[in-house]
This record gives sequence, structure tokens and C-alpha cells, in this order.
Amino acid sequence: MQYFYFDHNATTPVAPEVLRDLTETLVEICGNASSIHHFGQAAKQRLEGSRREIAARIGSDPREIVFTSGGTESDNLAIFGIARKDLAKGSGPGSGIRLRNHVITSTIEHPAVLNACAQLEREGAEVTYLPVGAEGIVRLDDVRRALRSTTGLITIMHANNETGAVQPVREIGVLSRAAGAVFHSDGVQMAGRVQVNVREIGVDLYSISGHKFGAPKGIGALYVRKGTALDPMLFGGHHERDRRAGTENVPGASALGRAAALAVNWMEIGVLRDRLERGILSRVHGAKANGSIEHRLPNTTNICFDGIEGEAIVIALDLRGYAVSSGSACSSGAVEPSHVLLAMGLSPEEARSSVRFSLGPENTEKEVDGLIEAVEASVAHLRRISPTMNQSSEAKHA
Amino acid sequence: MPDLIAVAMSGGVDSSTVAALLKRDGYNVAGLTMQLWNQRRLPEVANDAATGRCCSLDDVYDARRVAEHVGMPYYVVNLERQFEKSVVEPFVDEYLAGRTPVPCTLCNTFIKFDQFLELADSVGAGAVATGHYARIARHPETGRYQMRTAVDRSKDQTYFLWGLTQDQLARTMFPLGEMTKAEVRALAVDFNLPVAGKHESYEICFVPNGDYAAFMDAYLREKGIAPDATEGAIVDAEGRELGRHAGAHGFTVGQRRGLGIAAKEPLYVIATNTQSRTVTVGSNDDLLRSGLAARDIRWLSWPGLTAPARVRVRIRNRHVPAEAMLYPLSETRAEARFDEPQRAVTPGQAAVFYSGDLVVGGGWIE
Repeated sequence: MQYFYFDHNATTPVAPEVLRDLTETLVEICGNASSIHHFGQAAKQRLEGSRREIAARIGSDPREIVFTSGGTESDNLAIFGIARKDLAKGSGPGSGIRLRNHVITSTIEHPAVLNACAQLEREGAEVTYLPVGAEGIVRLDDVRRALRSTTGLITIMHANNETGAVQPVREIGVLSRAAGAVFHSDGVQMAGRVQVNVREIGVDLYSISGHKFGAPKGIGALYVRKGTALDPMLFGGHHERDRRAGTENVPGASALGRAAALAVNWMEIGVLRDRLERGILSRVHGAKANGSIEHRLPNTTNICFDGIEGEAIVIALDLRGYAVSSGSACSSGAVEPSHVLLAMGLSPEEARSSVRFSLGPENTEKEVDGLIEAVEASVAHLRRISPTMNQSSEAKHA
Repeated sequence: MPDLIAVAMSGGVDSSTVAALLKRDGYNVAGLTMQLWNQRRLPEVANDAATGRCCSLDDVYDARRVAEHVGMPYYVVNLERQFEKSVVEPFVDEYLAGRTPVPCTLCNTFIKFDQFLELADSVGAGAVATGHYARIARHPETGRYQMRTAVDRSKDQTYFLWGLTQDQLARTMFPLGEMTKAEVRALAVDFNLPVAGKHESYEICFVPNGDYAAFMDAYLREKGIAPDATEGAIVDAEGRELGRHAGAHGFTVGQRRGLGIAAKEPLYVIATNTQSRTVTVGSNDDLLRSGLAARDIRWLSWPGLTAPARVRVRIRNRHVPAEAMLYPLSETRAEARFDEPQRAVTPGQAAVFYSGDLVVGGGWIE
């Protein structure tokens, strides 16, 4: 059977040029980038070349790029690296200084951010979780209202992984600066896909993950604006300017730089995404798109199929050779309703009936047309099986 | 491509062998594991054993490994909501009402062969295969699907399967019904299945260590329901108080231990009444009953019962079916009169009727 991949927000295949770079580095660059000798120098050169490449792509200085193991580590480093400073101060006796122990985030963040914030709460921080509207976008008024004199960190994602909804990060950055807070954005779904300029956005910290744009899993980066005081999370040698200890993953970093240099503009994928979305919405009865249509990633559409379990669609499509996703997998691999869709006001039933399609540069028009047909056939079969569900949806649409 | 068959995978030897057998015989198979209960949900009753139980990560890991070994796609499907509504809630209600529920029957009737069958169908699998020990065959003349006890009598699971409808039977395969457990184990070894040596569990999957009372307490506390005062009297047949108990629902008809009463003869629980909060005890002979009435009967191999008929009745899973006459009371009610009185006929348990190795039907003891 032939398989087609429509789950690029989960991960992407490694681009052939990136793979070449990766294996070449693994084979040829055997030194430790911290070593003084020839081998070390070669590794260091490869590492720094990649850092310059990434910096150039996002409009930063190379010294502002810290290599990490990926999105989760970047998010954790940003959040704990900022927020724990003030928590530590608070534990000292008679500290007369104003503590910035308040954090603002949103209800639609990735678990890497949400669970880091939950941990901060256990450590004594106060966290405000901003709601979103039906579009899946944080409202600036809510940010303004949530700001306190004690707000030390704002962490709001750039684009949501499930709906693709793009958040008003530039405007939030302005509010953050005015309040004297540090602004972190999880840019994992954005970086390497769509033109990003950290100076224009005005973020202090920005998370990047390699495997979302053709680099391998296990490599990522955190942009740390010059002058942002960040405490390390890992303790060891003086790597990454004392911000991230551990022998540098030179092959991974090199591949990340290569992927960044090759990054195609995913805006063009929007044409295929729109073709897919139009095809499904026009041919499948009781289907509707979730979230903002205007402000979203060009590769993502999240569609609710009235009265049908999204889990069943995912399995049915997989058995037909099409890989899509629904909700978030729990530890067993079973699917739970998406917290993002629930935050947007969808009912648990609607959230469970929703499926995410996320395209990538290698998808073709022919594949998209095949997927539309597979969705139509799967849903038709599902509706035949569940006549009661079908009736209720018919009634609603009548 | 041949029609797809969904194999319900528990991660155990039986269902794993089913998957390997069907694959060997050229069927197009996919493995599905039902996530029915979150074992971490009630931390008070969860323990280390919880990781080795049904729906545990270990079992999913095993099932996934078997699927890889067999070479078929594999999915975990979340049926937690349906399981709680159709199995756990009725279980708790029955238990609090002083009856002894049989959750496995509810699970088979309303989850495995209903919701799961439908889910399998919806993803394109026309039939479901499980590792149950029972046999299904179609009557050559009437076309009715009939169920027979398993060839391996010691593994027979028909006591939990009498609730299946004709439509469900038509789409169900029990490939192990003709085999003994020893043969299945040998096959698992032949297939080199990674779970060939795995032990099996006999407990109710969502109740750790079989401790109903602890589960019930934790579940009700989570729901914010404070159980009414449950403490009451232990009485004899004449109503004389012999002792006190903490809750009538903690006792099962036929139970001997845990009464906390010293007596010359062994005492058994004869009846429980959660309304009056009394537990009635008596001698072993007091447990004997000459018959029973069953409600909500489902007729399986027989289309129904219009005249009295000779059957054998099983009133517990390990009970040796007792000879009886079965009298119809209505379409879904019947009365069984045993040839020999039977011990501990327990309201809430199932009564399953057999004729030879044919499973005639079953119902709930009133």
C-alpha cells in the first residue's frame, strides 16, 4: 500500500540535502567543538557556521542563538530560565525588592509550555491562563487586563499546532516591553516555514524546533535577545555561553542550519491547503473548519465532522494510506479531546469530532485530491454505520 | 484485498494468538486495543500492580509489540466515557443496591460487541475477532446464529457472553473456541509471540486487587457523593442482632469470612438489604434455593421460550450448571426450578441457560 503524509505539524520528513549534510558531518566532523586541536576547531566551525545561518534567517545576531534538543527544551529553558530567578529571590529573608513572580500564558499553548507553567505554580509562581475566542486567538485586551506590576514573563505561542491560528505576537511584544516583562514565544510551528524576524516581532525569547521543517528530531534552538538575563537549566561545562551545558550536537546543529538555509516558503502550500479544505467542506455534509481562516498557518486546516469520532476517521484514513491526526495522544496512544478546541468553546463532542490536516512541501495536488476522496468515502461509511448520529446531524442542518 | 478483520487486543496470550492465527490464514487484520479505564484516575486505590493490569501501559506495550511481530497496523481507541457510563456506573449502582454485579457481561454486551464492533465497522472492518473461549455457528436451516460452550470447558466464557444479539454474533469470530488453553499456549510459542509466557489475570480490570469496597469509596469520593450512613446490624433469620457491620453493600450472598461473629457453626451471608441496612446470616443449608426468577432475558441460540423446557442453569462463572425446568413468565422473564436446591443464588448475578453445549440465553437474577 502507498502511504501519504498529511501530519506535518507533528513532524516532517528530513529533506534530502539535510540528510546529506547530517551524515557528512557525522562522518567527517568527529571532534568536540570545545577542543583546542584541529578536530575541535573543525567541529566549532561547523557549529558556528550553522548558528550564523539560523541567526541570518530570523534576523538575529548569532550570539543570540542557543542550541537545544528541541522545542520542549527551548520552551522549558525560556520559562524556567526567566521565572525561577524571582522565585529564588522570594525565598530569601527580607528581600525588599519587587518580585516578578507572575506569568501570563494562554490556554492553547503546547504542553511543553502549559506543564512548565503548572510546575512554576507548584514552585510558588502565579500564572494567568488567557482564554481565546472562537477563532483560537488571544485577545490583546485580555493581555492588558492580565498584566500586573509583578508580571515577569509572558509566554504566548506564535502559531498554534492544532488549528494553525497565528497569535498577535507583535502587539503582545509591545505590551510586554511597556510592562517591563520578558516576552517568550513558542515559534515551533512558525520558524523555518514562514518568514520570521525576531526583531520585528519584538520577542525576547523564541523557541525553534528542527524537525518541524526538515531537520532531524533532537535538535532545536532558543533565540535569546541580547541583554536578557537567562538562568541555565542544565549545569556542566561552559557550552553555549553558559546557557546550555552539554557537548554540542554538531551534526544536529549543522543539519538545523542547513534546513534553515533551504527553508522554502510554506505560503505556497496555502493553495493546496485551500484546495483540500474546499474539497472536504463542499463534498462532506456536516463538516466545518475550526478557528480563524484569516490568521493561520498556510499548511493547516482543522475540520469538525459533525457526529463522527475523529479517532475513527484517523484510523479509517490510515487504513486507506492517509496520515492525519486528531486531538493529542495520551501515553497509551489513545486520543483525548484537544484542549485547544475546548478552549475555543467547542463542546467535548465537537472537539472529539475534529481532525487536523497539516500539509508539507512534498504534498502534491494529486495526493490532496486522493485525500479528499478518502475523507468523503470514510465519512460516508461512518455515517452509514451510525444512523442515529446521522439523523441528529441531519436534523441540525435541516 | 480481503475484508478487514479487527482483532481486539488485550496484550495477553489469547488475543495475541488470535491475531497471529488470522494473519497466518491469510486474513487482512488490524489490531485494536480499547482504552477503557484510566488506572491512575483513583490514586487511593492505584498501586504498583496497576501498571500490570488491563488498560495499563504495559499491556498496550505488549499488544503493540505483538502487532509489530504479526505485521499488522495497530491502534489504541479511547472508549473510557462509554465504559464508565455502561459498565462502571451500573456496577456502582448495583453494588450500592446490595446486589453483586457482573461487569464483564455489561462490558461484553455494551462495549466490546457494541461500541467496539461499531468502531471497527466504522473504520472499515466488517468483523471483529477476540480471544474469548466460546463457539459461534449458524444453524443450517433457520439461519440463526448459535453459541456453544468452548471445547476447553475450564476456559469457557459463555457465562459472560449470553447478551450478544444476532447482529453482533454475525460479525464476531472466536477462533479459540475449538482449542484448549494448552493448544493456544503452544501456538503462541510456535508463532514466537513475545507474550507467549505471560500470566493471565482473572480480576475485574478496573478494580485493583479485587477490592470492591476500596474502589467504591474512592470512586464515590471523586464524584463528591458521600454515601449515606451504611453501618447496620448483622441478624439471624429470626431478626436477632448478632453483630454490627460497616455497610451491607460490602457483603455478598454466600460469603463466610469477615463477619466478625463467633458461632458454633460456620455462618454465611444469606441476604443483604441496603434499605434496612441489615445483613442476614445463617447456616449453609439456609443458603439453598429451589429456584430463581430472571429478568431482562436475552435469547441467544433459541429464538425464545413459549413452553416450559428442560435446561441447565449456571448462576456463577465457575458454577456447574444445574438441571432445571425453565418456565416462561413473559418474553424477557422466566422462572427456573432446580431439580436439586442450589447454594447462594445471588440477586444481580446472571443466570445463563444451557441445552447440551448450546447457550440458550441468559438474564439477571431478581
